[in-house]
Amino acid sequence: MAATTSVKRSIRIRESFSDRLFLIGVYLFLVIILLIVLYPLVYVVSSSFSSPTAVSSGKVWLWPVDFSLRGYQVALSNPQIVTGYANSLYYTVFGTLISVILTVLVAYPLSRRTLFGRNAIMMFIVFTMIFYGGLIPTYLVVKNLGMLDTRWALLIPQAMAAWQVIIARTFFQVSIPEELAEAAELDGCSDLRFLWSVVIPLSKPILAVLVLMYAVGQWNAYFDALLYLKSASLHPLQLVLRSILILNTTTSGSMEASVMVERQQMADLLKYSLIVVGSLPVLMIYPFAQRYFVRGMLIGSVKG
Amino acid sequence: MAQTVQTTTADSSPVRSAAGDANRAATWRVAQRSLRRHWQLYALMLPGLLYFIVFKYVPMVNAVIAFKDYNVVAGIWGSPWVGFKYFELFFNNPVFWTLLQNTLVLSLYALLVGFPLPILLAVALNEVRDGFFKRSVQMVTYAPYFISTVVMVSMIMLLFAPRLGIVNTGLQSLGVQPPNFLGSPDWFPSIYVWSGVWQNSGYAAIVYLAALSGIDPTLYEAAKVDGASRIQKIINIDLPGIMPVAVIILILTVGSLLAIGFEKVYLLQNPLNLASSEIIPTYVYKVGLLNANFSFATAVGLFNSVINMILLVLVNAWAKRVSDFSLW
Repeated sequence: MAATTSVKRSIRIRESFSDRLFLIGVYLFLVIILLIVLYPLVYVVSSSFSSPTAVSSGKVWLWPVDFSLRGYQVALSNPQIVTGYANSLYYTVFGTLISVILTVLVAYPLSRRTLFGRNAIMMFIVFTMIFYGGLIPTYLVVKNLGMLDTRWALLIPQAMAAWQVIIARTFFQVSIPEELAEAAELDGCSDLRFLWSVVIPLSKPILAVLVLMYAVGQWNAYFDALLYLKSASLHPLQLVLRSILILNTTTSGSMEASVMVERQQMADLLKYSLIVVGSLPVLMIYPFAQRYFVRGMLIGSVKG
Repeated sequence: MAQTVQTTTADSSPVRSAAGDANRAATWRVAQRSLRRHWQLYALMLPGLLYFIVFKYVPMVNAVIAFKDYNVVAGIWGSPWVGFKYFELFFNNPVFWTLLQNTLVLSLYALLVGFPLPILLAVALNEVRDGFFKRSVQMVTYAPYFISTVVMVSMIMLLFAPRLGIVNTGLQSLGVQPPNFLGSPDWFPSIYVWSGVWQNSGYAAIVYLAALSGIDPTLYEAAKVDGASRIQKIINIDLPGIMPVAVIILILTVGSLLAIGFEKVYLLQNPLNLASSEIIPTYVYKVGLLNANFSFATAVGLFNSVINMILLVLVNAWAKRVSDFSLW
């Protein structure tokens, strides 16, 4: 310990002028990156807390102007958005549950070295990453199963991804020693019981990774809903956001000019508030999700 | 273990067929024993494997409608064969070259910018001492990854809006007449690529940071003793250290060159920028599902998938030859 600190000290003294200049350059680069990434986020959040007139006259540039919660009041009193929110919660909770269970049930057996045919089965799964049957053929499968315009269409067709199976399998291989399974087997413990009472309790990190990956994916997805769902009552939040934010669908009839102006101003503000409302659940879990995401990426990159 | 040794020696003996039979019998015995011992594990895998069969492999088989005149009444197998009719229709369509060009421009541009920047970010972060600043930069740069495509695109539309967008008002206050960012084919690729870089670089840097932290510290100590500068350490230790990971990511990216972010492109499309924003996947969606031209759209999609697979195999072979790292 003493030796390493003395080495460090002697090196710090020897740090040359050009090295220090280089380090300043590195810090400068990172500060610029930080500002570029941070600014749009701050701008959106600040706008969402400003008054409708301040937003539509372009007065906001960094901090909220005329602090107001009008945007959020309007956003949360819109029945479309409330339904979308409830639907998205439903899809996220049940979709994630299905995905994680299926993934673990495939990945754990594939991690056992004594399982005959595990490499062939793994190839069978990995091949789905390499070749894609196509949008229309997949649509036809969902249609033939009678899943169109039902909640199943968002829960099942995208339930698993080969990548997640690879990550989970690698985790089990690295962290559950084969000897442990063999010892349990000698003691008369079945594979099923071993999975339930030994593997699962030891695998909380990978379960967290899978839950977060699938949940974030499910919350943020819009395209499958666009493809498979017709009824507005089933639409997830992202699809509702799409129609309001991108297609600019607002329910407006004929009205006086002053009301029209007010409504237009409100529509501008509403967009900022909706962006914040729609991203809130993910942003709330993000600080601790980040740790698990990093771990998930690391596990995945062990195998490559 | 002993069994495999036996079979390999048997294989090289002159009596080929007998050895092959013995080999097969041995394999069969191993399979039977495994099935008896692990029948519960096989049973557990069934639902998941069924999933891959139904939602990944059945669509691959369904893709035969690219070679048929699909109609709903006759079904996939009842519809008449037409050979390469729809492929010819696609290749002879003037829109083919535009689609291919747009798809390639967008994905190569994204690769050229999106591949090196996370490496740069990770190397820069690695130079900085652990502490509040480093943690803040990481925390902030990961954050956009968690934003959904819909929200991302609406942010782009709000920030670059012609009248009130902060980018345009900012440019105007600097005395620059802003172009119509959202409604011009010239600006579309840059908007698409750079917003992707903004959203994903921090997240993509994680893998490289992990690879950097796994580099043997004695290498750095040796470099210090030799009086290497920071830049020399980056070039001679950091970059070779992240090479394996970089190659894998490059292969995966090239392998999905034509399968680029359909969802984002589709949302960013408008009639004004369509000249550069119509790509193969969006075209498949419009022709296939909006116009219900199933066979034609499947042919176009199949073309896309095959090109992707060929690219993946090629770049993997290339990586294996030049760097010893590859996916398989």
